[in-house]
Amino acid sequence: MTATGRPLVRRISATPAAREAVSRLRSARGGPVMFVQSGGCCAGSVPMCFPAGEFITGGHDRLLGDVEGCPFYIDGALDDALGRPAFVLDVADGEPEGFSLGPGAGQRFVSRPG
Amino acid sequence: MRYIPPGQEGSIVSVHARYENFIGGKWMPPVAGKYRANLSPATARPICEVAESTPDDVELALDAAHAAKDEWGEMSVAQRAAVLNKVADAIDEHREMLAVTESWENGKPVRETLAADIPLAADHFRYFAAAIRSEESEISEIDKDLIAYHFKEPLGVVGQIIPFNFPLLMAAWKLAPALAAGNCSVLKPASPTPWSILKLMEVLEDILPPGVINVVTGPGAEIGKALAANPRIAKVAFTGETVTGRLIMQYAAENIIPVTLELGGKSPNIFFGDVMADQDEFLDKAVEGLVLYAFNKGEVCTCPSRALIQESIYDKFMALCLDRIAKIKEGNPLDTETMMGPQNSAQQLEKITSYVDIGRKEGAEVLIGGHRAHIGGEFEDGYFFEPTVLKGHNKMRVFQEEIFGPVLAVTTFTDEADALSIANDTLYGLGAGVWTRDGSRAYRMGRAIKAGRVWTNCYHQYPAGAAFGGYKISGVGRETHKMMLEHYSQTKNLLVSYSTKPLGLF
Repeated sequence: MTATGRPLVRRISATPAAREAVSRLRSARGGPVMFVQSGGCCAGSVPMCFPAGEFITGGHDRLLGDVEGCPFYIDGALDDALGRPAFVLDVADGEPEGFSLGPGAGQRFVSRPG
Repeated sequence: MRYIPPGQEGSIVSVHARYENFIGGKWMPPVAGKYRANLSPATARPICEVAESTPDDVELALDAAHAAKDEWGEMSVAQRAAVLNKVADAIDEHREMLAVTESWENGKPVRETLAADIPLAADHFRYFAAAIRSEESEISEIDKDLIAYHFKEPLGVVGQIIPFNFPLLMAAWKLAPALAAGNCSVLKPASPTPWSILKLMEVLEDILPPGVINVVTGPGAEIGKALAANPRIAKVAFTGETVTGRLIMQYAAENIIPVTLELGGKSPNIFFGDVMADQDEFLDKAVEGLVLYAFNKGEVCTCPSRALIQESIYDKFMALCLDRIAKIKEGNPLDTETMMGPQNSAQQLEKITSYVDIGRKEGAEVLIGGHRAHIGGEFEDGYFFEPTVLKGHNKMRVFQEEIFGPVLAVTTFTDEADALSIANDTLYGLGAGVWTRDGSRAYRMGRAIKAGRVWTNCYHQYPAGAAFGGYKISGVGRETHKMMLEHYSQTKNLLVSYSTKPLGLF
């Protein structure tokens, strides 16, 4: 992370379908969202999507980049434990998990190995 | 024996086309009038419709809980305990019906729900009925005339959010202590598994005073925050994953209320060489102990998902285990011969498949399984996955991230220090298993592993009376023990002076 809060290496990318879904969600909500990669238990290993600022990030959260102007974070310790992987944001059929927003139309966001 | 699926002719489980929220002792349609299909993971086909609630429904549930809380909280503990015992009796009386319901909605094999989920749920209510009867307030004699009385008082109305993997048992774990301590609850089931809890409410609706338990179903994004961040709850309890856990703590901070969290795990299950010192019943138990990673198809926060086996016995011990794993019967969750049912959702199945691919790419060796399982017939679209074992090392992703499926990551260790180092090399600290014939070593390991529960020469037992909860990022607080009453009580101190003498300061 640099002093300006920008990631040194961009480790998040997105499929065209995910970009379109994020744009659609932004428009529907009238504002940006944020993503936080989850770890552990029943709703683990998914990009949780919240209204921007809803999840308070701390000093140990890492910004991996952004998708359509929406930041994507992961907990630093989880990131290290996973070997600092790259993620590709995508969409799939099915309802979102946990408190996560979905892009609508019965879809959810997923993060695939980059 | 095969139970007939709920809703089909001859089934012991009746199914309505549509279920409303259970609020204030009544079935109430969601304010927005929306419903969604609720699927069985065994067939991927709908069981029924459930309410797709909105924040307005949460407010109605909170209204009902607040209306009930004074009478419930002021009821004598004998009366409250009597209600909890009636709840337990009703669960026992409907054991088969609830077991079939739970299996059909969650996918877990009915042999598990009959033997574990449902009886344990009933027992939790009995345990907390007994615990609250035996609670005593404390008195301190500060000095001869100054006495501190400490009374336990209910918090009031609590919010409880439970996961999909043990819907009824997790509801019991949370509801029993909350109710025993005199609180009323607004409970949100997990989005994929709302129905079994609603069936439980059908069983309990004439037993519970209205408003003591209120159940609101719907998506987390819509009603999760409406409950967890609501200024009308005095405490929030959650079982689930870490990001949502952090979010809930953050909401609790906004209202300055306590929170208990039971989050993820990547539990080590450690097998020392001496387990193979004899070809006896204990060895048989240890082999089963490793295979317990497939219990509830691996969808358990404490799944023993990392097996650590001493090098000296690895080949022989693993051969025994793989032989046992190959004999796992997978299929219809309502068949009492079935050992493993489908994963809970398409989402789960997809994640598990992805993790096995990640494991392969990072060099893990697939010792058994590794694919989606095809059961055929009416279960062809069900979310089945083969029981899988990956051999690798602890730095791999598949050893570090909870997969929440029937995927075991296995590695070897040289000696006790090596075993401990690998065991503790994880973000999590929920469960662990230690298998050895050496009692001193078992004790040393048990004390040194950074986890809230260390099963010693056993695994996956969840009796009421043994505290359960996490170290590190696996959570805050303890369940399944009377200490849970502390998490659901306020302490009222009356500091009383029996002296007539003034202080003399003014």
